[in-house]
Amino acid sequence: MSQIAFWGAVELGLVYAFVAIGVFLAFRVLDFPDLTVDGSFPLGAAVAAVLIIAGVNPWLASGVAMVAGAAAGIVTAILNVRFRILNLLASILTMIALFSVNLRVMGKPNVALINADTMLSPFYGLGLRDFYVRPLFVGILAIIAVIAVWRFLESDAGLAMRATGANARMARAQGVDTNRQIYLGMAISNALVALGGALFAQTNGFADVTSGVGTIVVGLAAVIIGETLLGSRGILIALIGCVLGSILYRIAIQLALSTDMLGLQASDLNLVTAVLVTVALVLPRLRRGGAA
Amino acid sequence: MIKLDNIQVIFGKGTPLQKQALNGINLTIEEGTFVTVIGSNGAGKSTVLGVLAGDVIPTAGTVTIGSTDVTRKGTAARAGLVARVFQDPLAGSCGALSIEENLALAARRGESRGLTPALGPKRREHFRERIAELNLGLENRMKDRMDLLSGGQRQAVSLVMATLAGSEVLLLDEHTAALDPGMAEFIMNLTQKIVFDRKLTALMVTHSMRQALDFGHRTIMLHAGEVVLDVSGDSRKTLQVEDLIAMFRRIRGQTLDDDALLIG
Repeated sequence: MSQIAFWGAVELGLVYAFVAIGVFLAFRVLDFPDLTVDGSFPLGAAVAAVLIIAGVNPWLASGVAMVAGAAAGIVTAILNVRFRILNLLASILTMIALFSVNLRVMGKPNVALINADTMLSPFYGLGLRDFYVRPLFVGILAIIAVIAVWRFLESDAGLAMRATGANARMARAQGVDTNRQIYLGMAISNALVALGGALFAQTNGFADVTSGVGTIVVGLAAVIIGETLLGSRGILIALIGCVLGSILYRIAIQLALSTDMLGLQASDLNLVTAVLVTVALVLPRLRRGGAA
Repeated sequence: MIKLDNIQVIFGKGTPLQKQALNGINLTIEEGTFVTVIGSNGAGKSTVLGVLAGDVIPTAGTVTIGSTDVTRKGTAARAGLVARVFQDPLAGSCGALSIEENLALAARRGESRGLTPALGPKRREHFRERIAELNLGLENRMKDRMDLLSGGQRQAVSLVMATLAGSEVLLLDEHTAALDPGMAEFIMNLTQKIVFDRKLTALMVTHSMRQALDFGHRTIMLHAGEVVLDVSGDSRKTLQVEDLIAMFRRIRGQTLDDDALLIG
């Protein structure tokens, strides 16, 4: 693997770390299997790209992308909480609706961001090579996100959210409005995923309506790889695991695809992903000595 | 003070499975009174507790806790008034959270929850002291996950959790039923101590007639959604478990078949 390919994998891993943290919030903290992310990731990319092309400040555009992601999450939460649609199904409904919404937002399936000013533009040409600048920039944002989510989950408000996912009946008995926690959690989760989408558009120079396909699997893969490597030792470790898992996932994919010996090609990506996730799921059980 | 005024609860109203769970319950419990509630399966014990906790919204009647009419308030909305220990040790706390996180959660029962760290040094110390009072050695395991504790230990911690924030009433739902006899006794003595030390108004549902008479100030027996016995003071002191069993038999017409566990 070349150096550029390696740092490219790290960069993509860091972009998807936001997805991983969002997926962690939904699946692990709230115990809400949320597939909305397959729609909110390209939504974030689309909103950011369209606004940036229209001349909006890229930081503001990324902020708006997060708000759009949060709104998508809230739609799923409304379908589930208010209209009592099964959580998985509610998120699938939002996900397919978002496909149309994303096309509307962009007006076409693909928007290019070449030559537009992105969040990263000021940092290019400061002496570092571009393929270092991108992972460095996204990495710093990822660290900020980890710290923010960690602080939140260890606050009184965050504890209420964790209790909602772990034991809703007990949470209510403690005065926690569990429905509100689901709204809030889904909003934060999908805002993070949309930010990942916005960063994806800005680091790769395009937004594409199909870029969301399989986002959930990638996010889950990162969460599971992180858990396999670091175990469950508190919130901060779990969040670091999300970031680490996301990076390792990309490096593993890159390795698998670039090793000529294996004879894999880019279209084998989904198969490799499935195998990787399966290995990450089975490994901890084998280690414990039980049957997989 | 707690007041149940002509409470009617009908489950599945208008369906073939319609069931009148509570039929015009009137009950006033003075502040600082410890009431024990007995009754056979399906008598309405759990429903009364549910009505007080907010899990069950009555079909008719009013519920007053303290000076607040809470009839239409859900569980979370009235949590500031009601502390609770469940029958199932797993239900009253979060297994996935640590002991101290569970305590932090309970310490803000009924209050708004902001972005302050849930476990500052001051709160940690306070929680540690409260857990140390149990003499179970759990104060050295504050960071352990709750699901590493035994059922009895979890109930003990749940009792502490119930008293971290103020409340108008403590609801105990057969909270020793799932424990071994030794641990059940420990938890009952702890309950007694906590209720009397803190002068709590408490309502304890129990399957054990022994417990019902040995603890508290007043005993209520429910049957078919009605209060059929309400004793306190001297008449309660002279009451024996045998008397209660006789009463049970009379009410149920000798059909104590599946309820051998009532005795004890």
